[in-house]
Amino acid sequence: MSAPFTPLVAGSALGAGAPSPATPHHVALAGGDANPSAAALQARFGDAVRRVHVVRGETNVVVADASLLDIVRWLHDDPSQQYEYLSDVTAVEFRDPEQPIEVVWHLRSIVYRRFLRLKVELTRGEPLAVSSVWDVYKGADWLERECYDMFGIAFRGHPDLRRILMWEGYREGFPLRKDFPLRGRFSRSEQLRQALAANPEARYSMEELSIADAFEDLPQEMRRRLSGGEQAGE
Amino acid sequence: MGLTPRPESTVSYNPASQEGWVATKLDFLVNWARASSLWPMPFGTACCAIEFMASAASDFDLARFGMERMSFSPRQADVLICAGRVPFKLAPVLRRIWQQMPQPKWAISMGACASSGGMFDNYAVVQGIDTIIPVDVYVPGCPPRPEGLIYGIMLLQEKVKKERAADKTLRNEMEPDPKSQLYIPPSLIDELSEPFGNSVHQTRSGL
Repeated sequence: MSAPFTPLVAGSALGAGAPSPATPHHVALAGGDANPSAAALQARFGDAVRRVHVVRGETNVVVADASLLDIVRWLHDDPSQQYEYLSDVTAVEFRDPEQPIEVVWHLRSIVYRRFLRLKVELTRGEPLAVSSVWDVYKGADWLERECYDMFGIAFRGHPDLRRILMWEGYREGFPLRKDFPLRGRFSRSEQLRQALAANPEARYSMEELSIADAFEDLPQEMRRRLSGGEQAGE
Repeated sequence: MGLTPRPESTVSYNPASQEGWVATKLDFLVNWARASSLWPMPFGTACCAIEFMASAASDFDLARFGMERMSFSPRQADVLICAGRVPFKLAPVLRRIWQQMPQPKWAISMGACASSGGMFDNYAVVQGIDTIIPVDVYVPGCPPRPEGLIYGIMLLQEKVKKERAADKTLRNEMEPDPKSQLYIPPSLIDELSEPFGNSVHQTRSGL
């Protein structure tokens, strides 16, 4: 078993004299105080931290892909950072074809009440691939799958990288990319034909139902059905 | 086939006391029973389902129309009410639910999205569920108010009351084309789902 559960208390690392949180007003579009974690990252990782800028009071840190996993692990594990919560993984593609595609991680340190946005820039024309942070945050599993599904970014080290929103076998590409037509690439009848060809039961693999481990404990009848593949009752 | 003499009736009754007797047309009786106890299979996917729930709640009270019993199993349902947009990923599910419903069965397409794709003229949404299943009544609105849905239900009841038991084709299960799994020709689907309105300019990105 893992370590005993210890609850995180918001702001507990700030000490008793910390000001209570308040909604900020009149935040400048750019500039302002950076999250102290950004300076700590620059001191520790040097050139791996490409840029730090503050937008709307939130700190963006652009890092190198090669050091991403080390940076995220340090942010998660170091007692002076404790970014326990990965709230989102997504990507940004700009209309300007010169600009790189950005992959974005939103990290939150609950005990320090900090928010940090990490970015990795992916050059166009090269295979879109970046390290997976699944080793550090297990919750990144579905977030990275969604990012792969929508943008076609491959996450190296992800345990099960496949589509999550679009169905498996979706062949039109990656819908949130700028070169993707809004109505899809195929005709409506072809889209419908491919969608209707899908078997509604086929997605419910034993792994997805998380009962593979408990298979031996299942009732005989259910084991028989699952081992033969779930069939429609008709 | 000539006329044969009518056999003497063996049923005897006293016309003066007709208690317990109703003389009617079988069609009328069957259709009246069916129209007054339509059990809906709610297929709610979006905000229309909220209006549908409001229709079923006490203010609008679908029970007045014999629909108080929501059938969450398609096998005991009479009318499929598709409330909300249907993405392509749900298309085989909707088709399967429709095929699981026993005859007689009807379908109501509730709201703009279910009827035509609505504002979602994009890569993910079916442009009208009539490309997947046969639909009897379309209820317009985004979403329709409960009055709108109830009007659609009453239209369906009118339709049910006009059915003839002699017309066996009404109960024929529509079989999709085994090759394409579509009910209607692909060219017709493409024609009906041409881009319109604002989406005409959104078929290709700016790149």
